[in-house]
Amino acid sequence: MSQNDLVYQKKALPESLKRLGFILVAIGLALGAAGFLFDAQRALFNYLLAYVFILSIAVGSLFIVALEYLAGAEWSTPIRRIPEILASFIPVLFILVLPLLFNIQSIFEWANKHEVAGDKILTGKSPYLNTTFFIVRTVLSIGLWSLFYFLFIRNSRKQDTTKDQLLTKKNIKYSAVFIPVFAITVTISGIDWMMSLAPRWYSTIFGIYFFAGSFVAALAAVTLATVLLKEKGFLHPRLNNEHLFSLGALLFTFINFWAYIAFSQFMLIWYANLPEETFWFIQRWGGMWTYISLALILVHFVVPYAVLLTQPAKMDPKRLKFISVWILAAHALDLYWVILPQVHSAKAGTLTIFFEFGFLVAAVGGFFLIMYFNGKKQNLVPVGDPKLEKGLNFRL
Amino acid sequence: MSEKKLFGLSAIFASPDAVIHAVKKVEEAGYKNYDVHTPYPLHGMDAAMKLKPSKLGYVTLSFGLSGAAFALLFMYWAMSKDYPMIIGGKPFFALPAFIPITFELTVLFATLATVIGMLAVYFKFPSNNHPLHDTPYMKAVSADKFGICIEADDKLFDIEKIKNLFKELHAQNISEIYFPAPEPVNIFEPKFLTLLALVALLTSAATYVTLNKVIYAQPFTWMMNQPKVNVQTKSAFYADGFSMRKPVEGTVARGFIPYEYKGLAAPVVPLSNPLLPTASTLDLGKKRFLTFCSPCHGNLGDGDSRLRGQFPNPPSLHSEKVRTWQDGNIYHVITNGQNVMPSYASQLSRDERWAVIHYIRALQKAKNASPSEIVTAKKESSANVAK
Repeated sequence: MSQNDLVYQKKALPESLKRLGFILVAIGLALGAAGFLFDAQRALFNYLLAYVFILSIAVGSLFIVALEYLAGAEWSTPIRRIPEILASFIPVLFILVLPLLFNIQSIFEWANKHEVAGDKILTGKSPYLNTTFFIVRTVLSIGLWSLFYFLFIRNSRKQDTTKDQLLTKKNIKYSAVFIPVFAITVTISGIDWMMSLAPRWYSTIFGIYFFAGSFVAALAAVTLATVLLKEKGFLHPRLNNEHLFSLGALLFTFINFWAYIAFSQFMLIWYANLPEETFWFIQRWGGMWTYISLALILVHFVVPYAVLLTQPAKMDPKRLKFISVWILAAHALDLYWVILPQVHSAKAGTLTIFFEFGFLVAAVGGFFLIMYFNGKKQNLVPVGDPKLEKGLNFRL
Repeated sequence: MSEKKLFGLSAIFASPDAVIHAVKKVEEAGYKNYDVHTPYPLHGMDAAMKLKPSKLGYVTLSFGLSGAAFALLFMYWAMSKDYPMIIGGKPFFALPAFIPITFELTVLFATLATVIGMLAVYFKFPSNNHPLHDTPYMKAVSADKFGICIEADDKLFDIEKIKNLFKELHAQNISEIYFPAPEPVNIFEPKFLTLLALVALLTSAATYVTLNKVIYAQPFTWMMNQPKVNVQTKSAFYADGFSMRKPVEGTVARGFIPYEYKGLAAPVVPLSNPLLPTASTLDLGKKRFLTFCSPCHGNLGDGDSRLRGQFPNPPSLHSEKVRTWQDGNIYHVITNGQNVMPSYASQLSRDERWAVIHYIRALQKAKNASPSEIVTAKKESSANVAK
């Protein structure tokens, strides 16, 4: 093995990735758009599902970047470009959110003035849940994420050429500001886009429930990308299974964290047994939703827990690849379980199932494209980062 | 010094890199029984020492699962078998409510087993001593130095060779470590006894103060002092000063029906037995009869008292008079009393009195059956047996 084999060399990602991305986006959008012909409202909700899926992974990835700077983590430095690239979906959210903002009336009950006027609860919540303030919050949240995204990315990329250590210090400062901003905006996003679909319901833990799901999904996306890119040799050749172990351990931790939060939400509502809270779960316990609710426990907790339990499992690339795809699907199922029971159109036919996941497929294609185009522009390893050498030497 | 047994040879290194380099050399030299001591975990040490993945995980897993199983089975037994209680309208086996306790016990069992397992393996529990304790070596490696100690029971152990190896690696403070001399144990030492007494005194005093003073101080009294009426306290609300109110005239306690012919010679309207003479009724009647009636009336109702003349013997229950009496008359006598016999209304509930009457009737039947009736009864019972 020559010395050259142990140095990172930039390679462009294959054209097939771009092709696959475009095909998925095209098929997904076509299917999703066809859904509008059959049941416009359900199709809107499917679009909302895909939007929240993208949002959660993108913002969760930005959180991973900030966490690395703030905690001074070294092991994740060699793979930091991956969450950075996944987070580059954030500015695109400005465009993706438009179809939802134009259709607020048909998605949210509280946006309907006639509905609110006769309802004591909705009137009481109207200072928060009204169209103007909703749009302000949405734009402000995406704006803040985009701002921090650009700050982090600009410094991180500049470092590739300048190798200026002060840029890391700057990003640490930005991270310290970003974490509380993230906490508030992500809570608001969860409440606005999902909890307010059932405007008479409330759960004080819902913000962190959304965060737990997002973080685990972002981690799964980062793990999947890391394993795939490492296999094909696009990452630093000195990256080894011990880096993967850290990702696996984090996945394992946050699978447990999600289960803990999800169970806490359920148990308090189940125990208090107040009709104004329980109806949300009752909506998800009947017909096919019973099976989806039970499947969620298995898919989002039991299976990943069992698969990731042992130490060798956490560093086995094959197993990590499988489980990160599984967890991403579980996250989509989680969002589906939260969002779709709230569809209030009566037209749900069996045919809709073909269009149900169209936008989600397009979202996956979108991530492929983001990966391709960003991989073309920049190094997939932060070659100028002062922590890189220590990170590559990381051993258990 | 020569009597002391050698435990091993220790050496101290100044930096993490130096100690990892040294461990690799020690491993190359083929030593097996050695250990490394560092103030904090070093990344890469497992690989340098060629450690296999720890087996402790299996102990943790099996005890964790035992904890979960124990918690669930115990709560199942306690809450839905042994002492079923309805809490908040939930089912007896309310799984979601049991999950937090199951989780806690899983963690408790797993962690305790891990720690005790570790102590057992490394310290040979219950011993809590180790030759390295209280040595300058341990003081250094638990502060800011990094050390290796090769133990004397290693196959390749040779003091001179190891000293040379350590010197080559630029180790500091190469020193021999001996097993500590066994200390005599004297539990009757006055110092120890005084300390024991002092601890006992302090514990009792603290317990006394906590249980008698602290819990009656605010804020612990907030649950006790509630704006409600307590028994035996003066009321400021009612004019007569009593907190408890007397029930309205004619109030009847739930499940209690007053006897309307109390004090009369016989019931005015004939009463009939409300109970069917089933096996369980007769069984209850027999138990009550043997407890309350048989001391005077005798086990079979013959009037043969066991009281050896302390009371006059009552007449037999098999007399023509009692046999032709209506059930209501016997009920009246049990409830009201007759001659020397007091009222048994407070000892026997209404149903128990009627059950006793069924049993008396059975006794009477048994004592006064005609031969043909006995034949029929025998046939019936043998038919029952044959079935």
